[in-house]
Amino acid sequence: MLSRAATTLPKDVVQALKLCKTKETNKIARLQLDTMLRNLELAKKLRAPICQDTGIVIFFVKLGSELELTFDFSRALADAVREATQKIPLRANIVDPLSRANTGTNVGEGQPIVHLELVRGKGLQIDLIIKGAGAENWSRLFMLKPTAGEEAIKRAVLLTVEEAAGQPCPPTIVGVGIGGSAEVACLLSKKALLRPLDLKNPDKKLARIELKLKNAANELDIGPMGLGGRTTVLGVQIAKAACHTASLPLAINFQCWAARRASARLVGDKLKVEAP
Amino acid sequence: MAKLVELRPPLSDQKIRLLRAGDIVSLSGTIVTARDKAYARALDLLRSGKKLSIDLRNGVVYHCGPLVKKTPRGPKIVSAGPTTSTRLDDMQTDFVRLTGVKALIGKSGVREDVASELARSGCIYLAFTGGAGVLASRSIERVKKILWRDLGPIEGLWILDVKKFGPLVVAIDVHGNNLYMRR
Repeated sequence: MLSRAATTLPKDVVQALKLCKTKETNKIARLQLDTMLRNLELAKKLRAPICQDTGIVIFFVKLGSELELTFDFSRALADAVREATQKIPLRANIVDPLSRANTGTNVGEGQPIVHLELVRGKGLQIDLIIKGAGAENWSRLFMLKPTAGEEAIKRAVLLTVEEAAGQPCPPTIVGVGIGGSAEVACLLSKKALLRPLDLKNPDKKLARIELKLKNAANELDIGPMGLGGRTTVLGVQIAKAACHTASLPLAINFQCWAARRASARLVGDKLKVEAP
Repeated sequence: MAKLVELRPPLSDQKIRLLRAGDIVSLSGTIVTARDKAYARALDLLRSGKKLSIDLRNGVVYHCGPLVKKTPRGPKIVSAGPTTSTRLDDMQTDFVRLTGVKALIGKSGVREDVASELARSGCIYLAFTGGAGVLASRSIERVKKILWRDLGPIEGLWILDVKKFGPLVVAIDVHGNNLYMRR
């Protein structure tokens, strides 16, 4: 699962990159997209990680309440990361936040990150994303005025995209979390990145805001890698949760064009990796 | 179509002056990786009047922390795309001035005031596509030397022989043009 995520991109992302290339008239923008696509082919062929920043691994686990686990699940996930770091290999990115000492294994205090959600039944679904620092470093949390509404949300998102410019490796996918609380908005903004680009937001109002934001962001002339052009974002993905009457939390999380993710699901008694 | 130039370090001032923002180039010869920790150490040494164990005058520095695989024949770089150059902004001007580097390769440019200082020092900025790590690794012909190994494989100095490394976009030239400042 980790190997597939590090060396290939989901079909929807590759399709989106190809589509953008046909729409670009700026020759430097076309060259950037072309270089990205060439790199993807090489990475797949050589089974080598697309980007040297193999990021940090973030697991989203949906665990059926009736499923009985007979092993240490969190340890199994950590072991998987440790093994992947050696075998694929992944770059050892995990350090102590203060001493900056590298653990060498991509496992550390609180790493890998595991978000657990309890669901009904006996199922198990594991989604993971690989998050590089270039994109993650542009994460933002705004605690907006509760009555500021849709316009303030749009302004904050576009301001962040503009400020980030070429740094999160555009064309990016912009995850937006609205509501909940400070930490829930942040989590939603990241979880939103799991949705494939070709899957429309089931909430019509959110789908409409997503499209508006995508078009507006692509008018900013930031372009692939910030060198100009009309491809700044591949998509804007919004997720929301109810919140306090006096708050309007808004979180933004970027994923770079190398939007690496993978999924696995329990089928019978085997975990089946699904090609995203 | 823009000029397709192959740069071969050491780079002369004359060669650098011929390049304009928007030109597309490739690079063959020796390049040296350096990022946060290596910059800090290099500046500590240079500011206290010491010399680096490698002469970077007229050379090329690549902002990169490679992904390395251990093999029986030594370390092999499997992915080596650029890192965000602007993290080095506060050290960049002094680094270029004190080392005499003539080209930086990285992604997403430098702060505006740093760009002007680079131009003053006769140093261009070449953009390589972020995330194109495998493509970059394919142009590495040889790892010549690894310095400052105690900084670890990401932060150490990798001295590399590359062939036709690119495509690189001249993003900031020495004439005041900057592709990141179009708006």
